[in-house]
Amino acid sequence: MLLEIDVEKRLGNFVCRIDCRLEAHSCGVFGPSGSGKTTLMNLLAGLMQPDRGRISLDGEALFDRQKGINVAPEKRRIGVVFQHAYLFEHLSVRNNLLYGLKRTPRELRTIDPEHLYGTLDLEHLLDRRVTRLSGGERQRVALGRAMLASPRLILLDEPLTGLDRALKFRIIPHLRTVFSEFSIPYLFISHSHQEMRLMTENVLIIERGSVERLSSSEELARSSIFSADRGYANFLELADRHDCGNLLTYRWGKNRLTGVKNTNAPEYATFSLNARDIVLFKRHPEASSARNILEATVRATQRTEWLVRVEMDCCGSTLIAEIVPQSMEELGIRAGAKIVAVFKASALHRLT
Amino acid sequence: MFTLSNDDLTAIRLSLQVAATATLISLPPGIAAAYFLAFAKMRGKALVEGLINLPLVLPPVVVGYLLLLLLGRNGWLGGMLADFNIRIIFTLTGAVIASSVVGFPLLVRSIRIGLEGIDQHCIQAARTLGAGWWDALLTIILPLSGRAILAGMTLMFARSLGEFGATIILAGNIPGVTQTIPLAIYQYTSIPGGDRMALSLCLVSISLSFVVLLASEAVNRTMSRN
Repeated sequence: MLLEIDVEKRLGNFVCRIDCRLEAHSCGVFGPSGSGKTTLMNLLAGLMQPDRGRISLDGEALFDRQKGINVAPEKRRIGVVFQHAYLFEHLSVRNNLLYGLKRTPRELRTIDPEHLYGTLDLEHLLDRRVTRLSGGERQRVALGRAMLASPRLILLDEPLTGLDRALKFRIIPHLRTVFSEFSIPYLFISHSHQEMRLMTENVLIIERGSVERLSSSEELARSSIFSADRGYANFLELADRHDCGNLLTYRWGKNRLTGVKNTNAPEYATFSLNARDIVLFKRHPEASSARNILEATVRATQRTEWLVRVEMDCCGSTLIAEIVPQSMEELGIRAGAKIVAVFKASALHRLT
Repeated sequence: MFTLSNDDLTAIRLSLQVAATATLISLPPGIAAAYFLAFAKMRGKALVEGLINLPLVLPPVVVGYLLLLLLGRNGWLGGMLADFNIRIIFTLTGAVIASSVVGFPLLVRSIRIGLEGIDQHCIQAARTLGAGWWDALLTIILPLSGRAILAGMTLMFARSLGEFGATIILAGNIPGVTQTIPLAIYQYTSIPGGDRMALSLCLVSISLSFVVLLASEAVNRTMSRN
């Protein structure tokens, strides 16, 4: 996907001026509420018309004030998944899903409905009325509906915001699988850095109606706005669940981590580990109640407002801990130093 | 005791014909007007709204008289139509026009409430899925406001069955041509010994209205079930 935008739109006192060039399979759009994220989405989808400027997707102009081009929303082939699913209540789930497909010329259809139903786990819902769906099911139907129109780009406008936390993280793997399987580019609009990190690597940061900068979701999570109060969250991809009686172990890169046992623990999942839950030791602690003890090499240190952030390499995997400056001096932590990172099994929280 | 003369049967047929025609021909402009009132953002909307609703508050006789002035032989529109040999006053067409104008605000009001209940995002979603404006209108907007449209049609049909004031002025009271049930009742009440005949027609009128209500309720229930 190559998306070039240079537009201006005035809405009352609010002026939205977006000028950027995105070249990636997926990108997040991040900003506080009222920063112009949804306006940007409306401008891209053709639901709102810019006052001036131009928008082009993969070299094809969608809007160009000077040349008088303004492609109608139904001709842009840009799908939208709104915050509330906005399913058509007079149609069944199946007919909602097929609405866009029926309006897509045969030669442009790239997605097989049966295949998609399987991936999104929709088969058992097809004959249901949309009023009988749960929040998560509605969003999955909305996503399926947008995808079946075989769009060139899908805009996801805070699709997870209305869902509760547990459900939200259960849907994210679905989303990722679907997008990678059908290779449809997407823009993921959100004000949650956690969702951002799970969904995309690149992030367009928008503030007060204009592009602040293009960044990565990892960098966004490390920036002080989010970690100042609660600490940075490490996201660990754990796999190979192994049951050891009353604990579970998982493989994390080349390491093995121990987590608390619970019912229906997944085979693999993303877990979060707060940087402030990690204790650093100079040498291997002989005995500790904490189950996870990892040898690590310090890669870099960085002062935040009151703390020091220590980036470590644990056999090739990256872990970040936050400690007070005094500890750093006493332990002699600097780039290249060998240390031991320790955290409790219960510090690992399952996300997805 | 309950007897209906041939003229009465004709009056019933004419009533149904006028009400059905008026409702059906008003439907497309009614939907358009409701759409305009529900979604348009422009100056002068309040003026248009007032104009559409005016027949609701004006005495029907006034509406009838204004229509007569407009469509009469010397009227602005009537004169033009006369050149094409089209006559409206004292014809069934006149009765249909009178009913249409009087019932129109009821139709528009109902449909408008239905349209306003539709979330604009649903229409936007349809557009991004490849539906053009007309496509979205036919497959999303109208089905979603189906019950409101039905309610409006019922109201208008019932109102047209009972239309008297505007009709008698524009179409007159000609038995077999423009005499609908209310006009026939009016005529019976003004002749000696017509009470029984008037009462018979009143019973017909009551049953008709009742059937309309029941039928619309039944359709409404099926629609909400689907």
